[in-house]
Formats: sequence, C-alpha cells, structure tokens
Amino acid sequence: MAQFDLRLQDLHNGLKDKQFSVSELTEASFKRISETDSAVQAFLTLNEEGARAQAAELDKQLQAGGERGLLFGLPSGVKDNIVTEGLRTTCASQFLRNYDPIYDATVVRKLKAAQSVTIGKLNMDEFAMGGSNENSSFFATRNPWNTEYVPGGSSGGSAASVAAGQVYFSLGSDTGGSIRQPASYCGIVGLKPTYGLVSRFGLVAFASSLDQIGPLTKNVEDSAYVLQAIAGYDQMDSTSANVEIPDYTSALTGDVKGLRIGVPKEYMGQGVDPQVKEAVLAALQVYESLGATWEEVSMPHTEYAVATYYLLASSEASSNLARFDGVRYGVRAENPDNLIDLYRKSRSEGFGSEVKRRIMLGTYALSSGYYDAYYKKAQQVRTLIKRDFDQAFEKYDILIGPTAPTTAFRIGEQVGDPLTMYLNDILTIPVSLAGVPAVSIPCGLAEGMPVGLQIIGKPFDESTVLRAAHAFEQNTDHHKARPQL
Amino acid sequence: MSITTNDVQHVANLARLALTDEEKETFTGQLNAILKYAEKLNELNTDGVEPTSHVLPLANVMRADEVRQSLPIEAVLRNAPDEEDGQIKVPAVLE
Repeated sequence: MAQFDLRLQDLHNGLKDKQFSVSELTEASFKRISETDSAVQAFLTLNEEGARAQAAELDKQLQAGGERGLLFGLPSGVKDNIVTEGLRTTCASQFLRNYDPIYDATVVRKLKAAQSVTIGKLNMDEFAMGGSNENSSFFATRNPWNTEYVPGGSSGGSAASVAAGQVYFSLGSDTGGSIRQPASYCGIVGLKPTYGLVSRFGLVAFASSLDQIGPLTKNVEDSAYVLQAIAGYDQMDSTSANVEIPDYTSALTGDVKGLRIGVPKEYMGQGVDPQVKEAVLAALQVYESLGATWEEVSMPHTEYAVATYYLLASSEASSNLARFDGVRYGVRAENPDNLIDLYRKSRSEGFGSEVKRRIMLGTYALSSGYYDAYYKKAQQVRTLIKRDFDQAFEKYDILIGPTAPTTAFRIGEQVGDPLTMYLNDILTIPVSLAGVPAVSIPCGLAEGMPVGLQIIGKPFDESTVLRAAHAFEQNTDHHKARPQL
Repeated sequence: MSITTNDVQHVANLARLALTDEEKETFTGQLNAILKYAEKLNELNTDGVEPTSHVLPLANVMRADEVRQSLPIEAVLRNAPDEEDGQIKVPAVLE
C-alpha cells in the first residue's frame, strides 16, 4: 500500500499535517490484509475492533495538536508468541488455541505507550520451533514473493506481513535465526538485538538463554526507531541487561570509512548457494567503495553450532514447555484416568510433531546418564563458539556473511527431513549462541527470490550494526524491491 | 550410542507424552539421526572448558521482598479449563 512505502518520518509528518488520519492508515492496513491475506496467510488473529477504537482515540489526540512520538498511529503486527491482553495468543499451537492473555508483554506495553496501532497477531512455527512456518498448527504462511515458497520461520508471519505491505512494521522473536532468516527470505530488514537488550517478559519461552525479541521493517531507519521503542531494562525479566540505551538513529550517519569488516570463511563455504555468495561479495564491494576494509577470518567452531544449538535449545524447551500441562490454561483432555494421564493426554493432543520431537530430544539430553555426554558437552562447545566471536571482534568492528545458505525453498520440500531443515539456520545459530546482535538486510535477488546479508556486531553495539546496514542501504536499491501480489 | 523404541517410550514417560506406536517408530529413527549428528561434538576436546549456560555475566538477580499487587482471581480463572469456588479444579490426585 502506498503510504506504507513512505519513510517513517514522512508518514509521521503526513499524520501531523492531516494528509491522512490514523483511522485511514488503520483501514488501509485492514484493506490490504483483506486483499492479500488469502494468498499470504500471515495473520492468525485480527484485532479489528480494538485497532479501530485505538485509531479513533489517537485521531482525537491528533486533533488536539502537540508533539507525537514517531511510531504514533502506525499499524503494526505482533508475533503470536508475545502475549497481548485480551487478544488471543496461540503460539500457533492447538494447545493454546483459545488462550486469552491476562496481561501485556513488556514490548507490547511499550508499543502501546508509543501509540502504535496493533493490527493483529502473526503466524509462526508452533512455539517458534521451525524455519518455514509449516509447523504452524493452523496453516502455513506463504512467501509474498512467490506463494509456492515458504516465508521462512519461525517469525514467518511477521516477515511476510511487512513484505506484503499489510502492516508498517512487526515484532518477531529469534532463538536460532527466527527473525533474520524469514527477513532474508522475504526481502526485508530483521534485527536480532543482543541477548538481554529487549525484555522477554510476556514472550512465551522456547529456549530462555537464546530467545530475543526484535523488529521486522522495510528499511534500516525504521528498525532503529522500533528498537528504540522496545529496548531497555525491565525488572520483570531477570535476564534483562541494565545498560544505557543509546540513540540508535543518531548512529545512522552513512559513514563507514575505516570500518573493519571480518568475513568468516566458514559462512561462505560448502552448502552456500553460489548466487547467494555472489550477492554477498557484491555487497562487500559496496563497503569497499565506501572506505571500509574487509578480509577473511576463520571462525573454526562454526560447523559445531547446529548440533550445539539443537541440544541446548531442545533441552531448555523440554523444561519450559513442562508448564503446558492442561491444568491452569490451554487444552485439557477429556476423561483422563488420573492426574498424570491428564498431563499426558492434554500434551499429546495439544502439541504438534516438531514440538514433541524437540521435547523428546531435550528430555533425552537432560536425562540421567546422558546429561554430561550431550547437555554439558554442548554448553562447553557453546563457550568455544563464543570465543570465536570474542577473538574476531578484537580485530573487526563487524562480521558479514549471508543470513541463510540459500533463498526460500518450496513449501513441502523439506518437511520429511528435520535435520536438513535445521541446517538452514547454520549461519544464524552461531550468532544466537554467542548472544551478539545481528541484522539481515536485502542484498539482491536470486532467481526472483530475495537474498539476505547478515551483519553481526559486538555485544550491545547495535549502533554499529545499524550504521553499517544503513550505509549499504543508502548506496543500493535492494530494499526498494517489492513483491508483486 | 543408538536409541531403541524402548528408550523412546522411557523418555516419553519422563516428558509426559503419550505417543502412538507410529510416533514411537518415527521418533526413534529421527532422534537417532539427530543424535548421530550431535556426536560430531565429540571431535572437540573440551577438557577444562567452562560450560556456558548464559552469555550475560549475571548471577542471582534479587529484588526487595515487597508486597505487590497480584493478578485478580477472575482474570487468572479466565483460562482455566475447569474451576470451582475460585479455584482451579483437577482430577483426584490421591486415590
């Protein structure tokens, strides 16, 4: 939709100058959804009544005049594992198909404070487990660039809705690549902040030592604005970092002269599609022309990251998902023999197969006799992977590589083979294990499908990541490409 | 190390999952494939390497023991599958 192609600042001024109202923007969002969502299937729940009431209220405030924040009146979507008071939140699971949250996640509270309009809840892989959205227990979201293809995952709905112009921006969550990989597949900007920068309070936990919420937007500047709104210490999340939050947009200077870029050679190796590699090399030339320098660096433990991740994330998930027992909320099986049977039947009826598979893997890795061999070993390898990053950042300001080894694949192509599916995350997982920030930005098309460039930074140095991403965007047109829907 | 259908049954019990025979078969194959892949980690010598459970240098995070507002009972019961007299109802625990 036309207004959603405006820069955020112009959209903001348009509202202020009464070129359009918040209600008009909100209606335009719902109209676009009604035109495109039968093909894209990004939304699980629409907040029509709530959004319209909110828009009317904001229009009243607009009439009264005065300064408004930059996200004021902008339609946004929220991934369905982030709880929204009074608005159904399912995690795309049958277990929570009627779950009606009784409080707002901190990020939702912050978006409300920034007066963005919540349009609805976005589809995902069940409990954020998956990289294609095919694990949603409701329906699979499709890639707006070609609806025969997956949008990526697990924040597939969040990425597809922004790419399709249904909402201005969205929130997703990233545990092993779940913001960056779908952003890459859908040709938009997806930022995973440093672990601890954004509160996880109200994010339904998958793997607590890895989960992080972040923005999905059409350009880097918007990513900085949304990050500004959601970042910060929260006493409701004991893993939230008490660090000073810089002004992210002031970092967007366009200047990368002297920036030292490391390119992990393991990220450009076997399994990476030649066209993806070519797009990344072309991006490096852009940086070179802007006065940055780059060279290859070795991150020798990269090849161990996927195995490490699946052991750790599944172990944490098996513990986190123990809360879904059919007692206090969610589905409860009929006619159980006793309490244990109630747990068993409710969980077995409520969870899909990928969720069960990961609970099984995690329970096994944590079980007596196997803990040291799998869980502890993986935690030790995590240390080695983190050291790769520490060492690289002694020499480089940022690291650059592809976000994913390939572009989006066809729906159904990988469903039968979990291990192959897991390997799509081979370039995003090491970053998650190290807890550092990274963004995926569009850097071209390969056979009509978007390619993502991953820019990785030091802990809590989102400013440099965003500065580098923005400079690339200012000097290229890749972010302006739009799918034909 | 390879796991059998019996191991899968044992783990399912621990995880409070009731699996069908077909699921047991499928998971046995898939978990073996994933665990075989995970054995790759044994190529690395990790003697003396500290495990990382968390990337932030955080220990126990405490807050003052102050009384705060709790969620209202009606709100908490809104999602309860079964309730009685302001409490969540479950099948008998004791025989």
